[in-house]
Amino acid sequence: MKELSLNILDVAENSVKAGATLTQILLTQKDQVLTIEIVDDGCGMSEDVVRSVTDPFYTTRTTRKVGMGIPLLKLACEQTDGHLTIESTTQEADPINHGTHVTATFNMDHIDFTPLGDVCASVLTLIQGHPDTDFLFRHKKSGCDVKLDTRELREVLEDVPLNSYDVMEWIGEYLREQYEAES
Amino acid sequence: MKSLAELQAIKNRMKDKVVLRDGMEGTRVVVGMATCGIAAGARPVLNAFVEGVNKEGLEDKVSVTQTGCIGICQYEPVVEIFEAGKDKVTYVKMTPEKAQEVIEKHLKGGQVVGDYTIGAVTA
Repeated sequence: MKELSLNILDVAENSVKAGATLTQILLTQKDQVLTIEIVDDGCGMSEDVVRSVTDPFYTTRTTRKVGMGIPLLKLACEQTDGHLTIESTTQEADPINHGTHVTATFNMDHIDFTPLGDVCASVLTLIQGHPDTDFLFRHKKSGCDVKLDTRELREVLEDVPLNSYDVMEWIGEYLREQYEAES
Repeated sequence: MKSLAELQAIKNRMKDKVVLRDGMEGTRVVVGMATCGIAAGARPVLNAFVEGVNKEGLEDKVSVTQTGCIGICQYEPVVEIFEAGKDKVTYVKMTPEKAQEVIEKHLKGGQVVGDYTIGAVTA
């Protein structure tokens, strides 16, 4: 992946596929350490599955026998001496608080750090493809705290889909303005 | 600064349109957005279709959606176009520029861009 924002898009797609009603994408930059968290309230994974998802030869898809999403994210963070952790609770284990929490840390001044790239484009792509699930995006770095919560937008929009073109344009501008105003 | 009041205005404007969309039986543009597609550059291709379809005023006839891996990862980014009563067209190794051409010639003009279809491109 050329940009970490593409890894984020890819891993967040797994959350949606796990039936999440809310997927949170949380980025925190502090002292040259970037932490990416993808938190969902989806169906969760058993301990065995959590252990196997970092293995490229594990996948839920049926078209072929490899799954590269988590292994690629793991590679991207570990090549900067960062690390990846996955915590997950299945719906059977806890019918109320189930879901998956992926955390990846990156040392941004490491020579093998992949640029973050266009996170706004990834958030918009997620909303475009999944207008009926909610996303909370937050990017905190020095002098900057960008936030988007589709639940707030949905309250205003009622039955107008989040992926209507005019709404998507508004969201794009809304995010860009927050980056520009505070950086 | 963008405000929620502005979003409210968009909502009021869109309300009638939503009803129209429900009954449509139009063309579907489907972009592969699994790991393989994303790594090969599907995000900007999807964007080009979403933007182009709206710029050309085709949004009532054409919907742009995403799908997972369809099993031909070496040809990604893959875009499939479904039209009622016609064979599915599979465009492969797409770029935003090629997307522009497909919108112009295929979606607007009704002519399949043969050079970009799976039959014409080698992996």
